Amino acid sequence: MRQLIFAFCIGLFPFAANAVEPDEMLTDPVLEQRAREISKDLRCVVCQNQDIDSSNAGVARDLRLLVRERLVTGDSDAEVIEYIRARYGDYVLLKPPLEPATYALWFAPIAFVLIGVFVGGGLLMSRRKQEAFEDLGSEDENTVSEILRQNEAGDAS
Amino acid sequence: MKRLIAGLPFIAAVIFGGFFLWGLNPDRDPNEIPSVLISQPAPAFDLDPVPGLETPGLARSDLVGNERPVVVNVFASWCVPCRAEHAVLTRFVEREGMRLFGINYKDKPEDAVKWLNDLGNPYERIGSDLSGRTGIEWGLSGVPETFIVDGDGTVLFRYVGPVVGPDAVERFTQALKQAGALPKGAAS
Repeated sequence: MRQLIFAFCIGLFPFAANAVEPDEMLTDPVLEQRAREISKDLRCVVCQNQDIDSSNAGVARDLRLLVRERLVTGDSDAEVIEYIRARYGDYVLLKPPLEPATYALWFAPIAFVLIGVFVGGGLLMSRRKQEAFEDLGSEDENTVSEILRQNEAGDAS
Repeated sequence: MKRLIAGLPFIAAVIFGGFFLWGLNPDRDPNEIPSVLISQPAPAFDLDPVPGLETPGLARSDLVGNERPVVVNVFASWCVPCRAEHAVLTRFVEREGMRLFGINYKDKPEDAVKWLNDLGNPYERIGSDLSGRTGIEWGLSGVPETFIVDGDGTVLFRYVGPVVGPDAVERFTQALKQAGALPKGAAS
């Protein structure tokens, strides 16, 4: 049992591992924290669904170093991101920017929900109205009561 | 109104079907990253030559003022596909008169010299990018990558990965012809 727990703990090691190596880190904790935040928003161009903060790829490491270098020279967070974006394009941003080309991406889900609510709501409303207005005519009423009476007679016998 | 609602599933099916059809296209590479460099001026850089090699270094100024478009290939001796691509590029230089410049990416100079001595050196100029910083300027995601740069320094074409195999060579040849990077009357 103890061995099993030990094996489990060792199995957890890879998840705790960090791509940012000690020699990359800045001595200034504030700048380092900003660098980490920026790195989390930048996509690694090699292992495409990872941010550069958690990627072990060589290019990701270079980009992390570049981010820190820019911060040390006094760039703002936005300027650093813009610097990288100018070289790798919008693709490098994990959160796509809001601009005319991405309106569909940002607003389509909301539009679909709204359409769904209106269409679904409209259908339900119209069905309820029908129920409220529908009334059997006297002829149908007679037929139904006739059938009911016959059924009752059948049950009794 | 009812007719409109009845038609909605059909419209939805057409839209989604079209999307899936697009997604199933075997020619589409979902890993392809659109390059921001196309139709943009080549980035500024100035690289020293590889120590121990006679070939001069490479800077942005070497890409400007050429009579016809030139090709910039990013390579490294540690990159296995580059070895295969080397033969293709050499053939383009020797048989078709393509002009080839190289960026030696994050490579030990002695390894690069040995590699080029073994395989031959088709490059007119080679810049040594030890830090990989010039690679970032070019928006590099890995090696090899190959660019076609117009005479005024505008990037015309980018090929990610090795130009190896009939399809890749065909695509690259088309791009070279379209750019006018091959001299007229060259054997092909």
